[in-house]
Amino acid sequence: MLSRVADSLYWMSRYLERAEHTARVLGVQLNLMLEQDPKTSDRRWLRTLGSLGYTKPIPKDADPFTLAQTYALQQITAGIGLARENARQVREQISSEMWEHLNRLFHEIKRLEATGLWKSQPLDFLTVILESSHLVQGVTDSTMNHGEGWQFIQVGRFIERAAATARLLDIYFHEFPAGQPMDSGEHMEWIGLLRSCTAFEAYCKVYTADLRPDRIAEFLLLNSEFPHSVRFAADRMQHSLEAINQAAASRRSPRVAKIAGRLSAGLMFTPLEEVVANLAEFFADIQRQCVRIHAAIHEVYITYSIEAAIEA
Amino acid sequence: MATPGIDEPRIASGPFSSYVLDEAFDEMFDAQRRPRQHYRALYDLLLGLPAEEMRRKKQAADVSFLHQGITFTVYGRDEGTERIFPHDLLPRIVTSSEWETIERGLTQRITALNFFLRDIYNEGRCLADGVVPREMVYSCKHFRRQMRGVTVPKNIYVAVMGTDLIRLPDGRFVVLEDNLRVPSGVSYMLTSRQVMKRTFPELFRHTDVRPIDHYPEALLTTLRALAPEGRGEPNIVLLTPGVYNSAYFEHTYLARQMGIELVEGRDLVVHDNVVYMRTTGGLRRVDVIYRRVDDDFIDPLAFRSDSILGVAGLFNAYRAGNVTLANALGTGVADDKALYAYVPKLIKYFLGEDPILDNVETYLLTEPQERRHVLAHLEKYVVKAVGESGGYGMLIGPHSTAEQREDFRQRIEADPRNYIAQPTLMLSRAPCFFDGKVEPRHVDLRPYILCGDKVTIVPGGLTRVALRSGSLVVNSSQGGGSKDTWVLQ
Repeated sequence: MLSRVADSLYWMSRYLERAEHTARVLGVQLNLMLEQDPKTSDRRWLRTLGSLGYTKPIPKDADPFTLAQTYALQQITAGIGLARENARQVREQISSEMWEHLNRLFHEIKRLEATGLWKSQPLDFLTVILESSHLVQGVTDSTMNHGEGWQFIQVGRFIERAAATARLLDIYFHEFPAGQPMDSGEHMEWIGLLRSCTAFEAYCKVYTADLRPDRIAEFLLLNSEFPHSVRFAADRMQHSLEAINQAAASRRSPRVAKIAGRLSAGLMFTPLEEVVANLAEFFADIQRQCVRIHAAIHEVYITYSIEAAIEA
Repeated sequence: MATPGIDEPRIASGPFSSYVLDEAFDEMFDAQRRPRQHYRALYDLLLGLPAEEMRRKKQAADVSFLHQGITFTVYGRDEGTERIFPHDLLPRIVTSSEWETIERGLTQRITALNFFLRDIYNEGRCLADGVVPREMVYSCKHFRRQMRGVTVPKNIYVAVMGTDLIRLPDGRFVVLEDNLRVPSGVSYMLTSRQVMKRTFPELFRHTDVRPIDHYPEALLTTLRALAPEGRGEPNIVLLTPGVYNSAYFEHTYLARQMGIELVEGRDLVVHDNVVYMRTTGGLRRVDVIYRRVDDDFIDPLAFRSDSILGVAGLFNAYRAGNVTLANALGTGVADDKALYAYVPKLIKYFLGEDPILDNVETYLLTEPQERRHVLAHLEKYVVKAVGESGGYGMLIGPHSTAEQREDFRQRIEADPRNYIAQPTLMLSRAPCFFDGKVEPRHVDLRPYILCGDKVTIVPGGLTRVALRSGSLVVNSSQGGGSKDTWVLQ
């Protein structure tokens, strides 16, 4: 497979996942805003900005709510636009159904943006994003050949999910350190975290509605069956990278699968007590490893130097 | 005029009620307004078909084009606007004896043009012998001095040629122009046949139409034949300028049909004069590039340095003989519209034969006498810029305003080498379907000629139609469409 094609498929899927994640986080926060103490509102929106990767300094006179909503909406539309642009570059490699749905989503967003509905009715707008993103993913899995290209799509989706979930957890556990008594406002915040990962119902099935931060951390990090947990994402990533290794048959490619395997193994074998004892470090390490995996994929499959390739 | 017998079919009412013959050659009817023998089956079918059924067929064909994604990009409006390629439902039919002449004529032409290109980039015999004036060649926009002395596999410069033929009122096919750089449109020929088979299965059953589906295979065979020596199983790729190119659909279509990789400039790298493509499995050597990128943009080191579509170092790899480009670089010199006037002489010079297909009468405006004559009668002539294609840079005398003529007069006087003039040609007309009625429209014919170990021409081509009534311009960028072309057994 051409490197350019692999790269476009990877980014198409990564941007779509990013848009979906951002839409979910924003939607949850908008919902929470309806029933929460306005005094804590600014803090929550600042936290939301942080969890979505906003790194610029925040101006003193800025309203955190407006800033966060505007930033999130921009992230979403930019994400869908870039996902579509990447798909357009490799249109003949993906199924027509995938292209059609992604293209339709793009035009729908343009329409909602033009009519101003995305700001006046943000929840409806976000529902469109979430539903369409699920639709594109479903169509991808059921209409595209599960070959090398599809595996790159998987890697893009799950690396984004692992990194975004780790960042979200990082922010929450920084603000509400585990092991302290919980008031009702905080209770809502933990529900918000779970909902941001579509995990509330799944968590309740395992642990009942008894919300405890250490259990939430365990569930979102280490559960091997829940599709939005970090471990699930890491396992899928490793699996796909091994499949790519087989298909590409490059002498240098086992390296990538090994780096991904390390993340997976860490999540599988680190004892829970150790994880909980040092949560902040653990979250930071996951994010660092995702960066490393991304760099390795690029170096081995996409932007390798001619010299490296000639030697191999 | 002979009076037709009582049961001889004539242009009747029904769908033909507004079908008017004029001085142009009509593909379907003879001068006595009788359907020609090879159009009889179609004529009978059309007479018997209710207008409703025709509309349904037209709609079904439209949907089929849309679903197959058969589109082209219109420049100059919204960036990358995709349109369905306009097409007409009724086939254009060519008899086997007409085709036999076309086939021999085009084979002769591509052979002579390949000799000519080899000669001007090497010994230059035809220049020394005064067959073509030197300045005519060297002043050509598409002459590539970098090609001097470069060895080209099997001396085939033009591997793929698309030649535009028109039919004069006397029924003869003549050559209007050759396209020797990156001729396009063949995907419309192939896909419109697919659509026609679905739309008119009953006609196909009763007419012996020669197949054209083997074009991609023939193209692949041609490209393989031109691979550099000693490359056992050559890796052949199609180089596209990318998704924004107007012919991108065709590039993806042909790559898929041939089972070869569709690459862009950024997918290729040159190392030690060898071309590789970047794959996830590492660098893979490339042997033949069917390039759909113009000379100017193919290598920023050798040609236009601002090109981002090309591959740096490609020309050196090519000169070293490590990769084949099809078509070769510099072929555009032979489809320059002024050099076109010399092609009959070149056929005689290189092959010692008389041309089988004639040229259209052409005035070279560098000749003072011819220039004076044309300038005095601009309203009668079609003036074309020599290096342009696609219907751009043209003056159609009879349809022009005094202002436009004055503009062209100044341009011609400033740079006579850049223009030629031809008489306004009466293109033949073929029946087309418009909302329940059949009406005649002007058409041309572009067959695709392949030249590798041997010359191959799939029987057919792209028949382009000027869809506007009375219009003589068939280019898709100027409101033209296409129709399927049937060559009979």
